[in-house]
Amino acid sequence: MNIQIRKFYYGDIPEETGGNSTSIKTTQESGWPLWEIFIRSKQGLDHKHAGSLHAADAQMAIENARDVYTRRQEGVSIWVVESKYIHATNPDDAEMFYEPAADKVYRHPTFYDLPDEVKHM
Amino acid sequence: MSIHELEKIFQDKIDKEIKIEPKDWMPEAYRKTNIRQISQHAHSEIVGMLPEGNWISRAPSLKRKAILIAKVQDEAGHGLYLYSAAETLGSSREQMIDDLHSGKAKYSSIFNYPTLTWADMGAVGWLVDGAAILNQVMLCRTSYGPYARAMVRICKEESFHQRQGFESLLVLSKGTKEQRDMCQDAINRWWWPSLMMFGPKDSESTNSDQSIKWKIKRKTNDELRQQFVDMIAEQVKLLGMTLPDPHLKWNESRKHYDFGEINWEEFWNVVKGNGPCNKQRLEARIKAHEEGAWVREAALAYSSKKQSRSNAKVA
Amino acid sequence: MSPIINQTLQLADTCLILGQRNSEWCAHGPILEQDIAITNITLDLIGQARHFYQYAAELISKSENKTITEDALAYLRTERAFKNWLICELPNEDWAHTVLRQFFFSSFQLLLFEELEKNSDSQLSAIATKSIKEIKYHIKWSSEWVIRLGDGTEESNNRINKALQILWPYTGEFFMPADYEIISVGPLQEKWLLSIKEIFDEAGLTMPENIFMQSGGKSGIHTEHLGFILSELQYLQRAYPGAEW
Repeated sequence: MNIQIRKFYYGDIPEETGGNSTSIKTTQESGWPLWEIFIRSKQGLDHKHAGSLHAADAQMAIENARDVYTRRQEGVSIWVVESKYIHATNPDDAEMFYEPAADKVYRHPTFYDLPDEVKHM
Repeated sequence: MSIHELEKIFQDKIDKEIKIEPKDWMPEAYRKTNIRQISQHAHSEIVGMLPEGNWISRAPSLKRKAILIAKVQDEAGHGLYLYSAAETLGSSREQMIDDLHSGKAKYSSIFNYPTLTWADMGAVGWLVDGAAILNQVMLCRTSYGPYARAMVRICKEESFHQRQGFESLLVLSKGTKEQRDMCQDAINRWWWPSLMMFGPKDSESTNSDQSIKWKIKRKTNDELRQQFVDMIAEQVKLLGMTLPDPHLKWNESRKHYDFGEINWEEFWNVVKGNGPCNKQRLEARIKAHEEGAWVREAALAYSSKKQSRSNAKVA
Repeated sequence: MSPIINQTLQLADTCLILGQRNSEWCAHGPILEQDIAITNITLDLIGQARHFYQYAAELISKSENKTITEDALAYLRTERAFKNWLICELPNEDWAHTVLRQFFFSSFQLLLFEELEKNSDSQLSAIATKSIKEIKYHIKWSSEWVIRLGDGTEESNNRINKALQILWPYTGEFFMPADYEIISVGPLQEKWLLSIKEIFDEAGLTMPENIFMQSGGKSGIHTEHLGFILSELQYLQRAYPGAEW
């Protein structure tokens, strides 16, 4: 595949058009690990994925999450988990995972026709 | 499945407005374009902290100081959200930062202009953030899921940035003659660079536009720029100030403002590193990063010591 | 001026000057996440300063029968009128210096504000109550960093020891009373030393002994650094007298 992107936008200046490449030593530093952050926005609600960030350890990840993701009172509880421990389904398996549920319409209340006289069911 | 079929499935999803998520198959060029655009966007937030950070120590009131600090801090947060979005595509933050520092990766040229007076804080908020927001609102619907979600969060937080900028200029515009002059001067200096933020003209492009087809970008540079001019040309009246463009005029048949030609030579020169502050901006970032290296190392070292101690206890 | 006004100004100046120093980190932190963290502390300190300045302005306005604003107090007083603790005005050296100063500062601030909370002046008490929640977090954050750096690498240990040499002589001032102080600070020393020692033990740091302590800030005798801080902080208000911003 050979796609030429010649047109660029704010935040999308192609590398070749920029001059000024200074050669500096690039660090081979291993950075702080990545953490996924889950925030409960108020009591009674689930924790929801808010984003991720870097931290040296779990305690710091919680504090960083507090500073990064709850600056505007977005949360009352924080969960953190190191990103490498998140396991996920593979998109290639989507058909066998999720499509078999599609024809089980009888699982949904709207499948059943009841006379109008039956209320609150 | 052949590449061709995969590409077709991919494009079908995009056409049906289904977001692309990190583990989905995507063309290599789509991945690269996104990494480049998201990381440039992140770098812009981070470098963008510097011109405004300049004025934190000199903010003229305690209220303005708190607002400015909160705003610059938000930009750090936005850079962080964006780096995280780019990391889902397999590019590490270290790598992206190295690319910024080596000059390989770019950031928005606007931040290579100096902030000379306090009024620049207002002008940057109103014009620069105003221009950025148009782009960012559009990007909330971009096709790559993590990028779109980061942008939604950013847009929510950004809404105060432009408002505080305008309000701060409004106060100057009602102030002493010196303050009004300061306000007009800042608008004069920031107007053209703000227009440049939208990038080259559409007519400069010869190819069919892949970014639009992939819905990474959903409006053209000229469309966004026109939208910006129409908006600002009205708002400037409320300040009782003018925009430094003799060709700026309402065009009744187009239902848009006409405006003068951007100095493209200046635009390309600033992109290429010849702007007034390119060197000092990068140097400031490199310095912060290099001086922080021992801090980051120490935290890691402590964390692994603690880990091995608690392992030893368990064993 | 009454003791209560002087006390309020001391606390206002102290929070502002440390806020001003910490704000120098904004956009220059060692990593984005910590840039954001230190800036949150900065915003808390400036918020605390504003509460105290606003209250002092209210008291002064009443007693002198004219209108004084928080900004007039922060921006139009000169070096000798500022009452901040000396430790706040020392120039930033490195991250070790910043986190250790914050740790010393916040640990004392907590003890002081717990006393302030009991004060019969309901305004000061209310400001203390609100601030204590912030201060507890500052102590948590800074003490964890002190431990990390003390027990991290050889370099971080060296650096925090160097910061300790610089900062320790400025901690004695916390406990030396100024003539206007409405809180008796001397008795807080023992508790403060205990809380420092607990963290130092974990960090592998040793408390210096028999060090001559600097003082004077509370009564307006400062280091040479304060004049430079004020000339930057107050520049616009001085250059454009009477302007609104």
